[in-house]
This record gives sequence, C-alpha cells and structure tokens, in this order.
Amino acid sequence: MHRFANPGRFQRLAARLLPWLKGLTALAFLIGLYLALWDSPPDYQQGATVRIMYVHVPSAWMALFAYLLLGLASASALIWRHPLADVAAEALSPVGAALTSVALATGALWGKPMWGTFWVWDARLTSFLLLFFLYLGHMALLGAFDDRQRGQRSAAVLALVGLVNLPVIKFSVDWWNTLHQPASITRLDGPSIDPSMLWPLFVMAAAFHLFLAVAVLERMRTLLLEARLRAQRQAGFDRLQMADQGAGRGR
Amino acid sequence: MNEFLAMGGYALYVWPAYSVALVVLAGVWATGERRRKRVEQQLAALENNGGADRP
Repeated sequence: MHRFANPGRFQRLAARLLPWLKGLTALAFLIGLYLALWDSPPDYQQGATVRIMYVHVPSAWMALFAYLLLGLASASALIWRHPLADVAAEALSPVGAALTSVALATGALWGKPMWGTFWVWDARLTSFLLLFFLYLGHMALLGAFDDRQRGQRSAAVLALVGLVNLPVIKFSVDWWNTLHQPASITRLDGPSIDPSMLWPLFVMAAAFHLFLAVAVLERMRTLLLEARLRAQRQAGFDRLQMADQGAGRGR
Repeated sequence: MNEFLAMGGYALYVWPAYSVALVVLAGVWATGERRRKRVEQQLAALENNGGADRP
C-alpha cells in the first residue's frame, strides 16, 4: 500500500497498466455481449427478459463493490491519512453512482414485464436507491466547501456511515418480505443458476469489474494532474506576488 | 435476425436496458477522457509559459 502512496509512482504505474486494462475491458464486453445476447438460452419462465440479468446483476454487484472501496478509501483517508485515499474516494463516487443508476434502470425494465411494475418500495429496491443517494451526497459534500480538505473529510464520514447500508442491501431479501428475489448465486449451497447462464453472467461481471478499474484509475490520474495544476498555479501567483513586493508595489 | 431483434416479444424491455447500460458506461468513459484531456492541455500550457497561465 505504501509503495503506491507516491503520486508520481502511481501515475507511472497507471500509465503502464491502463492500455492493457482498456483492451481487456473491450474484449470482455465483446465476449460477454455475444454470450448474453446471442449464445445463451432464453429462460423457460422469463423468456428473453432473462438477458437483462446480464447487465442488471453485474452493474448492481459493481455498485456495491465500488461503495465498499469508497468506505475503505474513506477510512484510509481519515485514519491513516494515506495520500491517495482522498483521490480514490473522489474518483469512486461518480462511477459508483453511474453503476447504481444502471442497476436501478435495468432492474425497472426487468421488473415491468416480470413483476408488472417498474418500482416497488420493498427493502431491496429502497436500500439500493439509498445507495444511489449516498453516492450523490458524497459527490455533493466534496464540492460543498471552499476548503477542499473539509469537503474531503465530511464526505469520508458520510461514506463510512453509509457502509451500514451494504449488509442491509445484501440481506434485505432474507430479512424482509421483498418482491425482489432472494440470492441465487452467493448462497452457501452454491449457485442455483444453470451453467449456460452462469458463464455469460461471470464474463459480464468480469467486464464490469474491468470497467470499474479503468474508470476509477483514469479519474485518479486526472485528479492528481489537477492537483499538480493547482500547485503550479499557486506557485506562479506566489512568484508574481513576491516580484510585486520586491519592486515596491506591494506593502 | 428478426427473432433476435424481437427478443421473444420482450424487445421493448431488453433493448432499452442494454441501451441505458451502454449510454451510461460510455458517458462515464467519455466525461473522464474529456476532463483528463483538458487538464493535460492546461498543464502543458502552464509549463510552456514557464509557470504562468498567460504569457
């Protein structure tokens, strides 16, 4: 962890890794989409709508995973003051919010033909909507203060408090009477889905993992460059100010 | 091909779902690229002017 704490080192590593990750992402999506839309069978009950699962479930998984990472980054920033932690947190929330919105939208489009409704206020859907608002709140707090550090600190606290929502989301289908179906993959007895559907799901999940990595690493790179820009501009102002004072124009 | 597009009668739901996913993911990627390019340009301009934003 501490080897990568140096922003310069991170930039160099990211610059080397990202082209490969982007290529892998594209490949994973191509294979995944072929499997999801063409090569996998329709469901005997749900027909072709089961294909929505191949975007809905991976995006939901990644929305949750991104929030877990956000929590870890926030803890790392607050407790250990890891130099890249705030950068990681700021990179994670917009991507997490986007993934959450994809999960919500695709879920609604799956719910309408299968359940007869786009939305219901059951425990799973409501806690997942809360996840979306937590991401938005995080983004809002980051920009709410003139002092960047205050924004980063309050956003980190929000992220940590919101961590309690993760087990709620995960176990909501067990703890409450929900319209959303219970777990069919992450169960103690193992997945209950047929392999012909499990493989497309796993390939799409890999593609979404890679997408998350690429999107977040790119944003971290940009945020570090922006920090450097700010520092150089500040140094430029300081030089101008010193020059003015040296010539007797300042007091 | 028509069967593929019809998605067993569920085309109204399946294709918008995939489209939403594609548009949002592409949007995330595109906005990231645009922001990074802007910063890189601004940094290059700054460094070329010896630390000043304007000549």
